[in-house]
Amino acid sequence: MLRIPCPHCGARDEVEFTYRGDATVARPAPDAGTDAFHDYLYLRRNPRGWQVEWWQHHGGCRAFLKVLRHTVTHEVRGVVTATGALEAPQA
Amino acid sequence: MARYSGLRVLTEGLRGNSGWKPAWRKAAPRPSYDVIVVGGGGHGLATAFYLASVHGITNVAVVERGLVGQGNTGRNTTIVRSNYLFPENNHFYEHALKLWEGLEQSLNYNVMMSQRGVINLFHNDAQRNAALRRGNSMRLNGIDAELLDRDGVKAMCPIVDLDNGRYPVMGGLLQRRGGTARHDAVAWGFAHAADARGVDIIEHCEVTGMIVEGGAIQGLRTTRGEIRAPKVGLAVAGSTSTLTAMAGFDVPIETHLLQAFVSEGLKPLIDCVVTFGAGHFYVSQSDKGGLVFGGGLDGYPSYGQRGTLPTAEHVYAAGVSMIPALGRLRGLRSWAGVMDMTPDGSPYICKTPVRGLYMTAGWCYGGFKATPGSGWCHAWTIAKDAPHRLNAAHTLDRFREGRMLDERGNGPFFWAQ
Repeated sequence: MLRIPCPHCGARDEVEFTYRGDATVARPAPDAGTDAFHDYLYLRRNPRGWQVEWWQHHGGCRAFLKVLRHTVTHEVRGVVTATGALEAPQA
Repeated sequence: MARYSGLRVLTEGLRGNSGWKPAWRKAAPRPSYDVIVVGGGGHGLATAFYLASVHGITNVAVVERGLVGQGNTGRNTTIVRSNYLFPENNHFYEHALKLWEGLEQSLNYNVMMSQRGVINLFHNDAQRNAALRRGNSMRLNGIDAELLDRDGVKAMCPIVDLDNGRYPVMGGLLQRRGGTARHDAVAWGFAHAADARGVDIIEHCEVTGMIVEGGAIQGLRTTRGEIRAPKVGLAVAGSTSTLTAMAGFDVPIETHLLQAFVSEGLKPLIDCVVTFGAGHFYVSQSDKGGLVFGGGLDGYPSYGQRGTLPTAEHVYAAGVSMIPALGRLRGLRSWAGVMDMTPDGSPYICKTPVRGLYMTAGWCYGGFKATPGSGWCHAWTIAKDAPHRLNAAHTLDRFREGRMLDERGNGPFFWAQ
């Protein structure tokens, strides 16, 4: 069971949020070529550990947020707005 | 090793059951093999069994981090079926189902295969049309499918609430040859039969690194030392990304949780497998009497092997909508497995960018029914260094080539498949 501290709404239950993917994946430049777009769309690091991910607070402010979460313990360690900086700790 | 038979059960009974031996040896790793299979679940053990029995490759090791059959093989809802839409998938799953039909004889092990029928309910015109299309696609490819009307569903599974106020049942798509098998026995049976053909099954042996030289696999570093082999097959549902990262490449997989549940034991209540069309819910009854049921993913990546309560609540609610009588039951146990989710919901049985490294992976939450077919095709791909026609489409490159096998049409969202 997750509790995610939304920067706009405060700590809320996970049922108010929807996971929307790995937030470290960046869209390539339009002329980057098909390989770059293939990797962007399909390849994932899928870390066993800390991951920065997109979550949408659909049951609250409806904003997209960046969340730092551990994929084994499910601990949530940081939440920022979509333009904020958030990095996964090394290893 | 003496064969299992009814006569043997009888004679052992008369001798105080003193003659039974362990079903497989506890092997220690040797320095090198022809093939190493990583993962001692159904898919890995099946790979080893078919390498030995079909291709005559017996110098094989199966390395397993924990104990045989305690990953997803022991964490599923035991359903076996081949009711897929696309030819690439329905030919593959039909091959798997045919292997299931003769599995007990080829393994000399009782896997309690029960072809009790699988019904997918539909509740509106659009769902009926989709069921018809899928049934026709199956029949065109030589697979059994029947469209049931309301009365047909009522005759086969009277406990279902046909008059659900919001989602009345219109009918169902039935595959009579579908059913269930005893999941643990599948792992034990493949372990027994592979071991009898000379395969070393090495438990408590975790892979910590891959030895790759010149773009080719040379062996594995494990917690029980280095093991060399020119060919390595991965069958490690949930942990595929972790192992491919050791070999230096990423794959189109995200690891997600799927829960399953068992109720308290009951007298016979449901004698087929039935799935709800208006929510994600599927149920059958085990031979011990408990209802075995499950639903959709928890919705976010996890390697935790434990589910969360909102999803459990959702699954129970869908179950009670389909069969209101379930509301009187108590849940007995629930557990979660970690799934390799792929962008199109279909698996990979293929070669990889590293020469000599193969994988059967990306089974999303449909891996159990594929177990013998997955092992059979994986073994073929390893032995011949080329895919069989049944798994030729199930490659890592299909996205690059625009050949997605997206049965549900959900697009490239791992968590939505």
